[in-house]
Amino acid sequence: MSDDNIKVSIRHLYKIFGEDPEGVLDRVKDGMTKDELMAETNHVLGLNDINVDMREGEITVIMGLSGSGKSTLIRHLNRLIEPTAGEVLVDGEDILSWSESRLRRLRREAMSMVFQKFALLPHRTVLENAGMALATEGYKRDDYEAEARKWLDRVGLQGQDDQYPHQLSGGMQQRVGIARALASNSDIMLMDEAFSALDPLIRTDMQDLLLELQAELKKTIVFITHDLDEALKLADHLVILKDGAVVQQGEPQKILMNPSDPYIEDFVADINRARVLRVRSVMESTPPEGDCFGDVDVNDTLESVIARAEGAVDRQFRVLDGDKPVGTLTMVDLMRALVPRESSAAAA
Amino acid sequence: MATYDGLFDTLGLRDWCDSGGEAGPMSMEDLMAQTKGSEEAANGPVPFPSLDALNEACPAWPQSRDLTVGLEQGFLDIRDALTVVVDPVTQPLSWMLRGTLDVMTSTPWYVMIPILLLITWFVTRSWKIIGFVALGIGLLAFVDYYDYAMQTLAIIFVCAFICVLFGVPIGIAMSRSDKLQRVAIPVLDMLQTLPPFVYLIPLIFLFSVTEPKLYGIAVILYAIVPVVRLTDLGIRLVDKDVIEAADAFGMTRRQKLFGVQIPLALPNIMAGVNQTIMMSLAMVVIASMVSAPGLGILVLRGIRNLELGVGLIAGLGIVILAIILDRVTKASLARIDASQSSR
Ligand SMILES: Nc1ncnc2c1ncn2[C@@H]1O[C@H](COP(=O)(O)OP(=O)(O)OP(=O)(O)O)[C@@H](O)[C@H]1O
Ligand SMILES: [Mg+2]
Repeated sequence: MSDDNIKVSIRHLYKIFGEDPEGVLDRVKDGMTKDELMAETNHVLGLNDINVDMREGEITVIMGLSGSGKSTLIRHLNRLIEPTAGEVLVDGEDILSWSESRLRRLRREAMSMVFQKFALLPHRTVLENAGMALATEGYKRDDYEAEARKWLDRVGLQGQDDQYPHQLSGGMQQRVGIARALASNSDIMLMDEAFSALDPLIRTDMQDLLLELQAELKKTIVFITHDLDEALKLADHLVILKDGAVVQQGEPQKILMNPSDPYIEDFVADINRARVLRVRSVMESTPPEGDCFGDVDVNDTLESVIARAEGAVDRQFRVLDGDKPVGTLTMVDLMRALVPRESSAAAA
Repeated sequence: MATYDGLFDTLGLRDWCDSGGEAGPMSMEDLMAQTKGSEEAANGPVPFPSLDALNEACPAWPQSRDLTVGLEQGFLDIRDALTVVVDPVTQPLSWMLRGTLDVMTSTPWYVMIPILLLITWFVTRSWKIIGFVALGIGLLAFVDYYDYAMQTLAIIFVCAFICVLFGVPIGIAMSRSDKLQRVAIPVLDMLQTLPPFVYLIPLIFLFSVTEPKLYGIAVILYAIVPVVRLTDLGIRLVDKDVIEAADAFGMTRRQKLFGVQIPLALPNIMAGVNQTIMMSLAMVVIASMVSAPGLGILVLRGIRNLELGVGLIAGLGIVILAIILDRVTKASLARIDASQSSR
């Protein structure tokens, strides 16, 4: 894979909270776990040797349970938190060496952030909130108004310009949060559990909105969630964190099919696999032998294939990528894929 | 024979004790105590080993009177140096007080009262409160306390203004530095708990009683505390998430302070201003003892000359002023709250 479209890259990143992080860093590098570090030195291991590449135009989802270090990790990308050791490269440059003013430019122009609790300015109107990034750069209201309004319209908030945030519902507030991030015209968007505070229906709406915007804008998005369904829906690249360390990362489908760790198996156990897995993850890439029941697309979900097969298990389909045949999907393989595999069994 | 003779003897300090032996001139209290017969001291047969009790056993030991006298002497010694610095620095306060007192008392009532009502309108936008203010001032004017009330108000305006002018920046500085906060809080505690009269004592030594700044400083020192405290608190209480958002969008410290922290702390700051004004009023009455004009003078007259009616009506006038000031500042606070009531 070529390196030239890697937008953000994290290299050997460590973060330790406590009195003397540098002092205990070596012990962590020697393999001390989070609990041991806490017990022996009273330091919290926030991040442990993180290496992640985030490709331009993709959504990288970072997932993990509460306390696994997701927020800590995303805050290193714009240096809201300083690392104990490691590098954060944006467009190939290590931002940790940057001066305060250069860092400020990065935050104003190249990265924007959406927050779990919205974090809008309560004393500013919706329009002023959406234009916050531009106002910070020094534009007057007259100059940023059009841009801010454009993005408010784009996220579906027409005619609310002069409302105050507390007059809006949570979902609408987060739309303002997204408009605010988009209005800064930055390439990179950081979203820390941006939809976690919303109720399920609104949440689905917002996910759809994000995907729709992404299809058009092709930003580099780093999205944090503790919800696997959300992660699978949004992720091009999925990073799973546990106790501050990456346990597995890669294409979500691959992780689902080959969980490398019992922790991840637990995660994926409750998922509706038929709805999430796609034909391409299950098919054989040999041309079909014998009769095919029909054609399916590589990106169809297994659920839709089951519906096509009317529940019968003795059928097979030809798989198309666009118009090109690329392989075969038998219902037997499909059924097998619906049962999560134990990693121990797979290894044996 | 004093109780603690033995103590000094065993410590081998007898010679030293007797060498400093010429007992100084007796104070009035000593004389009184002697005539009462100091042997059966108030604390029973064994007195607490206080300075005075030890002095009885050992004349070279300082008396407690030496402590107070020493303090006084020390203060007098630095007074001249202190006045050289403090006098010019605080002179503008005198000018402001004189000027404002002059303007507010010499402007005819039919101009002054509308101006005050206009100010009320600007900060509260409430007809009810304007009506209340008009009624209150009208009442005071009707019983011929108009001039006194205006003097009191003038002093409060100037002092509260200066309290805000200095208090808010001090509070901001405190909110930004934990170290400064640790140092400042005990000072604020002291300023707030010191009985108001005590402020006046050193000030009388420092300044001439004819200078308005004498009471101005006393009022400011006493009243500045809440606005400092609540500014500090208000800024520290600003939602961490919002501050983080400000950082994430690349705001400078300045933009953050004026665009986020101060606006969001404003309800707290205004609550501090409200308390500062109320405390100025309390202090301005006490400061009448050192020539502060206004309603306090009448209260004092009531006490001194036993003019019960004058004292009571003046007291009532102060209550009316207090309610007016409180309602007006509270209403403006409520207005700020309403325009940004956060979640
Ligand atoms: N300022 C800090 N001081 C000490 N420990 C901290 C600090 N910030 C985070 N931690 C610790 O680092 C770990 C990771 O925290 P983080 O907030 O990144 O978790 P998270 O994955 O975002 O969890 P959540 O889903 O609850 O938001 C936790 O154990 C937390 O206690
Ligand atoms: Mg978090």
